[in-house]
Amino acid sequence: MTAAVEFAPWTDPTETPLIRFERVVKRFGDFTAIEPLNLSIYRKEFFALLGPSGCGKTTLMRMLAGFEAPSEGTITIGGRDMAGIPPNKREVNMMFQSYALFPHLSVWDNIAFGLKRGDMSKEEIAARVDDMLRLTRLDRFAKRKPHQISGGQKQRVALARALAKAPKLLLLDEPLGALDKKLRQDTQFELMDIQEKTETTFVIVTHDQEEAMTVASRVAVMDNGKIVQVDTPPKIYETPNSTYVADFIGDVNLLHGRAEIRADGLASLAWAEGATPIKGTAGEGLQGGEASFVIRPEKVTITASKPKDRTNVVKGKILDIAYLGNLSTYHVELPGGQVLKAQTANNRRLSRRDFTWEDEVYLSWTDTAGLVLAR
Amino acid sequence: MKQFSWFNATALTLGFAFLYIPMIILVVFSFNDNRLVTVWAGFSTRWYVELFQDEAFLDAAWVTLRVAFSSSTIATVLGTMAAYVMVNGGKFFGRTLFSGMIYAPLVMPEVITGLSLLLLFIAIGLDRGVITIVLAHTTFAMCYVSVVVSSRLVNFDRSLEEAALDLGCTPFQAFKLVTLPLIAPAVISGWLLAFTLSLDDLVIASFTAGPSATTLPMKIWSSVRLGVSPKINALSTILILLVTIGVIAASITSKRSIARALRDEQMADQSA
Ligand SMILES: Nc1ncnc2c1ncn2[C@@H]1O[C@H](COP(=O)(O)OP(=O)(O)OP(=O)(O)O)[C@@H](O)[C@H]1O
Ligand SMILES: [Mg+2]
Repeated sequence: MTAAVEFAPWTDPTETPLIRFERVVKRFGDFTAIEPLNLSIYRKEFFALLGPSGCGKTTLMRMLAGFEAPSEGTITIGGRDMAGIPPNKREVNMMFQSYALFPHLSVWDNIAFGLKRGDMSKEEIAARVDDMLRLTRLDRFAKRKPHQISGGQKQRVALARALAKAPKLLLLDEPLGALDKKLRQDTQFELMDIQEKTETTFVIVTHDQEEAMTVASRVAVMDNGKIVQVDTPPKIYETPNSTYVADFIGDVNLLHGRAEIRADGLASLAWAEGATPIKGTAGEGLQGGEASFVIRPEKVTITASKPKDRTNVVKGKILDIAYLGNLSTYHVELPGGQVLKAQTANNRRLSRRDFTWEDEVYLSWTDTAGLVLAR
Repeated sequence: MKQFSWFNATALTLGFAFLYIPMIILVVFSFNDNRLVTVWAGFSTRWYVELFQDEAFLDAAWVTLRVAFSSSTIATVLGTMAAYVMVNGGKFFGRTLFSGMIYAPLVMPEVITGLSLLLLFIAIGLDRGVITIVLAHTTFAMCYVSVVVSSRLVNFDRSLEEAALDLGCTPFQAFKLVTLPLIAPAVISGWLLAFTLSLDDLVIASFTAGPSATTLPMKIWSSVRLGVSPKINALSTILILLVTIGVIAASITSKRSIARALRDEQMADQSA
């Protein structure tokens, strides 16, 4: 097997995006749901929109599908301006948050519904529907009505129906919201598999950051109608561009203070009276001044004695221990009252744990493990 | 459960007696073998036989059926369209006023509806006959249809229509292939209601019918003025039967299948 060429069309300046939002604004009455927004999504991407409830994810999708028109700006798909093109004339299909299966039609007819609107022959339609049934493992349920199948099966029917027309672009609005964790994980992998097989561009909306990290080639984090950061999952996790993103994706420790850029390119943060400033990688555009230090709990080491080889060391008292099975999270209170979390893998039995409540411990991390971000 | 008291039983019996004894008497006497309506002389179906040999009555029956069928059909189409726009049409100027106005004819005294339609037909010079009765019945039956259909539409999941559009339907196809099949029970029950209303209307028909067209209720009314004949009892019995069937059918289709369609629709959603 040869090493796969990394899929990263967004780094290639010669690549033209499939979808382009240019200064798109959406207002409902005097409420602005989408602030001026620019975004490019490339062919064959699995693009995730992530953000808190009400930040405008569904609104973005509905504009792509053609159910809402932007108040300002242009949306192009495949180079074509979408203004005034109704949903039925777009090569875009949407999998609805509520599935929206047609209750009066069988599973088979639901999947065939979109195909019958085109100019395919009966035999072609039948072949395509059977393909879709096989792909989503629904063969046995073809004759059932939507109310006679389970939640997970309905979700697959909705997916098959949206995929059947082989759209250029498939929109999935919280497709897995109703499934339990196990089924959700299985379906995530199934989705990725289907996306790879069909080479369709997927845009998925989700509340669940783990889901976004699992399936997506790139993730856009939204806040109040704005896109805060667009990046690959590892970059979003490792180098968030703001405390908002850092806080939204995964677990994080925050310390506030005044930052200074050091000669070696790192940044230091004076975070408490009399304490040694802590060091971290300087975030994008950091000039110094008010800033926050951001570090993931798994990058914080907890020890009983003061480590000699590290410059970032703080002392504290264990406040709480959260046992998560494979991991334990220690909540450590610093003299100034701030609480930091440190996470360790539990590769020993619980009874032989090193630390317990009220223990005095040292927390330490390397100079590049944390980020100093402007506030 | 609450005790079924003597008071309740008496009230119920009296109430229903009050409602139904006149009709029961009418039905019983329609089988009376006597020219005098009030004197019982044994069981017979002779008045039914005579009725079916009476040209004038048969004509009136034919007019009534034609009027009821066409007016209820037109009213169903128009009423469904009106309900659809009122529920789904989005915001437009005067929407609240319009949806209020749709219900106005429901509470308008029939005499006034009839009179105003009569004046309209005279003003535009339309010859009165079957056509004018159909138009008049369509006008008031439409309101009833639109009430029945819009109560179904407000519970209709709009994302189903959006899904149809998304899959390539034109708005009209989406309505025909998705919305209409799902609201069909309500539409049918609206039609049955309109049919029944047209069947037993006397006031509006009297205003809008010309000399050339007489409906059954009009025929009954005019012959009763010359004295009640047992034949009228027979005819009324048939009408009661028809109306009863219509109302029962309407309520069965509306209650049962609307409930079932709603349940299917909800279960087709992810939540179930
Ligand atoms: N038709 C509408 N009229 C008025 N306001 C709307 C309309 N649709 C959406 N909004 C508002 O726009 C904002 C964004 O809504 P949107 O549905 O896009 O949120 P979302 O990110 O999908 O949220 P969720 O995660 O809860 O689904 C919300 O504040 C919402 O109230
Ligand atoms: Mg949403």
